[in-house]
Amino acid sequence: MNEELASIGKSIVINGELSGSEDLTIEGRVDGKIELRDHVLTVGPNGRIKAQVSAKAVVVLGQVTGNLIATEKVDIKENGSVEGDIVSPRVAIADGSHFRGSIDMQKKDQSSSVERPHSTFKAEKPEAKASVPAASVTNDYARV
Amino acid sequence: MLSIGQHNGKLTGLVSRFGRPLARPENGNGPVVTESRPAAAGGVEPVHSSKTLAQFLSMVFARPAAELVDLGPVIGSNVAFLGERVGCKIHVEDLYRDIERHAREGTLDQFGEFLGTRFPARARSADAVLCWDVFDYLAPPAAAVLADKVKRMLRPHGLMLAFFGARASDDARYTRFCIEDESHLRARYYPSACTRRWVLQNRDINFLFAGLEIFDSLLLKSGVREILFRKPL
Repeated sequence: MNEELASIGKSIVINGELSGSEDLTIEGRVDGKIELRDHVLTVGPNGRIKAQVSAKAVVVLGQVTGNLIATEKVDIKENGSVEGDIVSPRVAIADGSHFRGSIDMQKKDQSSSVERPHSTFKAEKPEAKASVPAASVTNDYARV
Repeated sequence: MLSIGQHNGKLTGLVSRFGRPLARPENGNGPVVTESRPAAAGGVEPVHSSKTLAQFLSMVFARPAAELVDLGPVIGSNVAFLGERVGCKIHVEDLYRDIERHAREGTLDQFGEFLGTRFPARARSADAVLCWDVFDYLAPPAAAVLADKVKRMLRPHGLMLAFFGARASDDARYTRFCIEDESHLRARYYPSACTRRWVLQNRDINFLFAGLEIFDSLLLKSGVREILFRKPL
């Protein structure tokens, strides 16, 4: 079976709520709200979105203004632009992309959890005098 | 900070707390070495160790559900490191982009006023602020506004890490500080229209950040001062 991918073309403008149960690519303009709970939303290079987005994964090659919530991943590609807050367990941001907003990668049930990975981190106190760092690379230093 | 792994009776290498191998001499002895690799633009991307970064990250990690404000440009690997490994929520506020826009428009003298309208509703909302070297690009009035904003932004015992150049420079470039691991930064350079660098003396820094404690202060051989500030309770 030849499965066709749903897409919104360059000349299409949608104002309002958009929801669906298949992957979607947007090359046009959408203002409002987008819900693709178990599917992937791709904002193509020509896509312009001003919307709150909920999806399994969001791939951004165009411009998004609004908050993104993804249950799996948000991927902002080179030349992609996002202004808004991201909530997703994984976020990939390529060099050459633009992002302004906040990023929350913590699962909700993990926010105040005692068990976190890499718990070997310990608060350090400054030493009384300068010492040679364990990993002395380009910068010898003096504590001042 | 570093551990030496052992496998089949042989030392397998230096591994950071996060399990990421660090560069080391070929003979396997001695300290971790500088790793410089060609940058995309043909330059090099020097890596340097940062004691204050390690302290900063340790203390941020100790705060559950910490919120961190990054005043630098968004860097995918830093977001992954801070979000996945340190476990904090990150707010990206790329001030370098704003500086660049003002430099191109010839309105850097108005940057202080612009900063006055930046960061709305952020009072006492941040556990940590990464300033990188942004103060080197700010004229004294703008630096005073930003310092005040950061002080207001921090929660009690909140942390601020900033780097201050100690030498005048007319380098037409900004630096992206990429976190390699908890105690190493890779510098990546990109073009800048803002060529003026301001050198802050210690007394200037003390005056700007009056009200914050200096938790640690290091003068690097490169002339850069790394200062870790903490807001008192």
